[in-house]
Amino acid sequence: MLGVVRMGFVANLPVAVSVAAYGSILGVLAAQKQITWHLLLTMNLSIFAGAAQFVMVDMWIPPLRIVEITLAVLAINLRYVLIGASLQPLFQGKSLLHKLLMMHLVADENWAVTMAAYRKGTASTYFLFGGGMCILLAWCLGTLTGHTLGAVVQNPEGYALDFVFVAVFTALLMTLWRGKPDLAPWLVAAVSAVLFQQMLPGKWYIVIGGISGALVPVFYPSTSESDSGETSS
Amino acid sequence: MTAIASNASVLLTIGLAAMVTYLLRFGGLMLAGSLPRSGRWKRFMDALPGTILLSLIAPAIVSAGLWGGVGTLATALCAYKTKNLLLSMLFGVAIVALSRQF
Repeated sequence: MLGVVRMGFVANLPVAVSVAAYGSILGVLAAQKQITWHLLLTMNLSIFAGAAQFVMVDMWIPPLRIVEITLAVLAINLRYVLIGASLQPLFQGKSLLHKLLMMHLVADENWAVTMAAYRKGTASTYFLFGGGMCILLAWCLGTLTGHTLGAVVQNPEGYALDFVFVAVFTALLMTLWRGKPDLAPWLVAAVSAVLFQQMLPGKWYIVIGGISGALVPVFYPSTSESDSGETSS
Repeated sequence: MTAIASNASVLLTIGLAAMVTYLLRFGGLMLAGSLPRSGRWKRFMDALPGTILLSLIAPAIVSAGLWGGVGTLATALCAYKTKNLLLSMLFGVAIVALSRQF
């Protein structure tokens, strides 16, 4: 078990580098908003969701609009319902306690690495957990470094640190490519995400894009194993 | 606003955000446990990881401009060919960083 935790940890190291890199941007922003380092650390440990923390720091203007911030976090993290659901086969047969303990350390990055490993048959919940530890560590190191050195990195855009986010998920995405049948779902996902990002406020486009893309293979002609009793599409 | 009131609202804000996020993660897993793992639903769930990840970044790629697009393409091709995540990311980021120096 510890061996698998370590495997997950190591598999996430390359991604962790970039997590630390964009974490440092969050640290800089948090310092500018007078958010103390221990508050930032509390957020890291308790929320552990990059995009949501960015938006929270962005909305961090006293007096805090608690309902508004909570709803924003809800909208951004709605994708975790889908992410959680996609982890179900991995958790098959595990106890409720095991699920309760393991689901906290699920971020986009270690989830994507785990899904790719799962398709090769090498992942388990401990692999996911090890990855979560790795990402959490990198996230804390990155954000706190940014918070401390805030003034040192004057121009993060100059080093394309804002682009690191896109780069890491692009690289992760390629590990999830399953071949031609993915082309149409991915196209639909990309186009609807871009469209809805412009049409709707907030982060609804993530969920809408994800669902609309994944709906495409639902209408593919059924293979032998599937679709008992369903005739209409 | 007193310091105590503001301190309480800070903790409440973070606490609520943490709770909502955890409930979404755990709720998704519980929800899927009660749904079938075959047929159309399976195909939907199997396609989901890729489409969510793509939806997360697609608008950012579009708004990153021409060099952002070049950097994304470079990262994607490099990741596809080498399977090396770190190398691929550094490649794309380097291209975008260089493009901004001029």
